[in-house]
Amino acid sequence: MHLTRDEEDVLAGESGAVKQKSMEILVALGDIYNAERLVPIESAQIAGVSYKTIGEAGLEYLTDLSGKVVVPTMLNPMGMDRYKWREMGINETFVERQLAIIRRYEMLGIDAQCTCTPYYVSAPRAGAHLSWAESSAVSYANSVLGARTNREGGPSALAAALVGKTPNYGYHRDENRVPDISVRIDFPLAGSDFGALGYIVGKMVKSQVPQFSFVAPPNADELKALGAAMAASGSVALFFPKERAMPREIIELGRSDVDIYSSSEPDVVVLGCPHCSRSELADIARLLEGRTVARPLWICTSRFVADRSSSVISSIEASGARVICDTCMIVSPAFEKQRMMVNSGKALEYGPSLCNSHTFMGTTANCITAACTA
Amino acid sequence: MLKRIKGRIIAKGIGEGPAVVTHQPLSFLGGVDPKEGVITDPHHELRGTSIAGTVLAFPQGKGSTVGSYVLYQLKRNDKAPAAIINASSETIVAVGAIISNIPLIDKLEVDPIAAIKPGSHVLVNCVEGFIELEK
Repeated sequence: MHLTRDEEDVLAGESGAVKQKSMEILVALGDIYNAERLVPIESAQIAGVSYKTIGEAGLEYLTDLSGKVVVPTMLNPMGMDRYKWREMGINETFVERQLAIIRRYEMLGIDAQCTCTPYYVSAPRAGAHLSWAESSAVSYANSVLGARTNREGGPSALAAALVGKTPNYGYHRDENRVPDISVRIDFPLAGSDFGALGYIVGKMVKSQVPQFSFVAPPNADELKALGAAMAASGSVALFFPKERAMPREIIELGRSDVDIYSSSEPDVVVLGCPHCSRSELADIARLLEGRTVARPLWICTSRFVADRSSSVISSIEASGARVICDTCMIVSPAFEKQRMMVNSGKALEYGPSLCNSHTFMGTTANCITAACTA
Repeated sequence: MLKRIKGRIIAKGIGEGPAVVTHQPLSFLGGVDPKEGVITDPHHELRGTSIAGTVLAFPQGKGSTVGSYVLYQLKRNDKAPAAIINASSETIVAVGAIISNIPLIDKLEVDPIAAIKPGSHVLVNCVEGFIELEK
């Protein structure tokens, strides 16, 4: 890989040991994946934030790390709402370790917004190079916003944030941003149907780049649900909501292929994977109007969106449902070993493996009805 | 007699020790105990094997990127491999080896998984980019 003189100096340790290590990581990844150079990034987003996920291993690493990030950097969800952890039933040891992790990240100059939807806080421009780790945000940035990021791991995104650059390979390059396969749907889909579709398509296309043909164009929330599910059940990092090239292969799906909804009695209903947008919160408020929950209903969003949706949240919480920030059903220990109903293809994929929870999916409306039925 | 095989340096340093060799990929998160340095993945052919102080040869890493931090934790606990040899490195092990100062080499001229006899003494030189085997 070709390095500029400044980059060579960082690699030689002239900007300190932390930057040197970070540069070693970026150069090694560049060599492994055949990048010819580094490109400057406009922002970074770091996964590996919940104590449930990174545990003592991650905390030890972060504790030994010093330095400051040089681009705007946000975090993935942590294991609890920063303020409502008691309500979530999180124990104090977990809280103490979790807050230690957040403090370490803050000392590195990172904005401790803990969300899988950083693009609601600050949307990257089309064409911007990023180093993001959350797989659903990677998919949204690449596919909906036209920005460019590979699917980073927590440590590689952190190295990129400390240096402000990333190796130019994979989805940073035009030649890799082309569809491999077409998925054609000739019946109407709405809302959480797109999460169900993504769950099925991700398993079929794995790490390929799919392009879609729909009856009607999906809205941004629907594209978010589709991309998140494909990134979880497969490892799709880029898709095209419209057909744009002649594919090598075509998949045609009928309604029965994507009907994965089930109606079973849940212990808990959790919405907001990925974190709810303002319009999704408004939809939930409308569906809950005049109703009272009969079993726990949790709704996950970012603190940024929550702070701008206070009247909608008051109306949601009047039903007895609870809106939580900074966390989600997958990375929090609060939702383990339960019968969990979700409206998300991503949560459907990870609930069983990461929460050891019997997880099943319904539409948003069905989830709310289940929560309000004794 | 020693046999020298050239490869590509991923993480710098020099390490040597008895070889632990597997043709199966390895997940460090959930697959290796960071306190004891023992492979714990119930589905792995090397389950129960200690990797501390060894030259660990495997095709590549798999699983969560938190695995990088597990390598770091192994090093802090003095249970890390002395060096790692991959057929073809990927992000998890590459990043883990760099942050932990564990020499890592890949893309050797011959398939290391076939060439290295388990238990034999192996030297990994990630300053000049080769490994040395007993012949």
